[in-house]
Amino acid sequence: MLPSLVIVFREVFEAGLIIGIVMAVTSGVAGRSRWVAGGVIAGVLGACVVALFTSGISQLFHGSGQELFNACILGFAVLMLGWHNVWMARHGRELAAEMRAAGQAVVEGSKSLAALAAVVMIAVLREGSEVVLFLYGVAAAEGGASSGMLVGGVIGLALGAAVCLLTYLGLVTIPTRYLFAVTSTLIALLAAGMASQAIAFLEQADILTTLDQTVWDTSWILRDGSFLGRALHTLIGYVDQPTAMQLIVYMATLGIIALLMKVLAVPPAQQPRTA
Amino acid sequence: MFYLLVYAKAATKALPVMTRNTRATLMVLASVFVVSADVARADEPVPVSIAIKDHQFEPAEVHAPPGKPIAITIKNLDSIAAEFESDALHVEKVVPPGREAVVRVRPLEPGRYNFFDDFHRATQGFLVVP
Repeated sequence: MLPSLVIVFREVFEAGLIIGIVMAVTSGVAGRSRWVAGGVIAGVLGACVVALFTSGISQLFHGSGQELFNACILGFAVLMLGWHNVWMARHGRELAAEMRAAGQAVVEGSKSLAALAAVVMIAVLREGSEVVLFLYGVAAAEGGASSGMLVGGVIGLALGAAVCLLTYLGLVTIPTRYLFAVTSTLIALLAAGMASQAIAFLEQADILTTLDQTVWDTSWILRDGSFLGRALHTLIGYVDQPTAMQLIVYMATLGIIALLMKVLAVPPAQQPRTA
Repeated sequence: MFYLLVYAKAATKALPVMTRNTRATLMVLASVFVVSADVARADEPVPVSIAIKDHQFEPAEVHAPPGKPIAITIKNLDSIAAEFESDALHVEKVVPPGREAVVRVRPLEPGRYNFFDDFHRATQGFLVVP
């Protein structure tokens, strides 16, 4: 039971962190639970499809199919997260003001919700495909799946959901006046981490190998494979031995998101007044 | 690559809210990225082969020289998928049953690097760099 629990939990908790953040970022926006739930369901279905086609995907592009697929969906998630931050910089204040008027908030909020639901779907799909493959392997193994393995998997899933809940509850205690700054920062760091993760996949596939020198080694402080290391890896993109290219892309992602938010934000005086 | 920069410059001109300084900064950032991608590739990787059979790595200990990139080929001879993973080597890749996969590892310092099957943690091996 224990191996199954550990493996499922390790995959699910990373998705759980992201879902918890998205739920906290969108707290107060009408209908957001439906969007997030939709993202989770789409992610689970997508994970099953990806698991089914793993053999085919891995053969594509001279054996680099898996890494390219991961890099592309991570890249798309980076765009969605960046877009959310820019959109909030433009519309955040008017959205908060209009939250009391239910109809308008739903329409305006749903554009940003779609982007975040896509991010949830991608996170669940990436982690979920490995869980599906593992559970399928367990079931197909000689002797079939023992009830212990299945119970372990379910407990692992439940613990991952608990991580999601704790993340959400922790974040929503933040006072409203700081919420925009904190959530924008979290989203930007999430995006930068995913961007540098995409680079790591391209490096693994031998597609992008320039600037692949290891810049520093902090594995003696915190190994990125440990639980805390993986949590920080998801939240801020922590890697104990980053390559130069990973660092450049990380900083560039943060820089570009910050720049776009500053350039495209609407100053308070110019925002439309509510009735 | 050069045309990418030309299109990018034209695209940024279309955004009226941008000042000349902002556009210049963006162009510098873009140029750094484009140029670094055009720089000559690193050395040819050293090949290393590992098979997975009956939930064991064969061989369980492999060797590679320091300072050169490495291409590890993993052949999964079992009937269920395995995930070749290593924190120390910063690689993770699913190897479907009956298939092989290649992962590129960056140049390494001397040491003993652990790798494992993420779907079956008891399956462990080491890459030794003298």
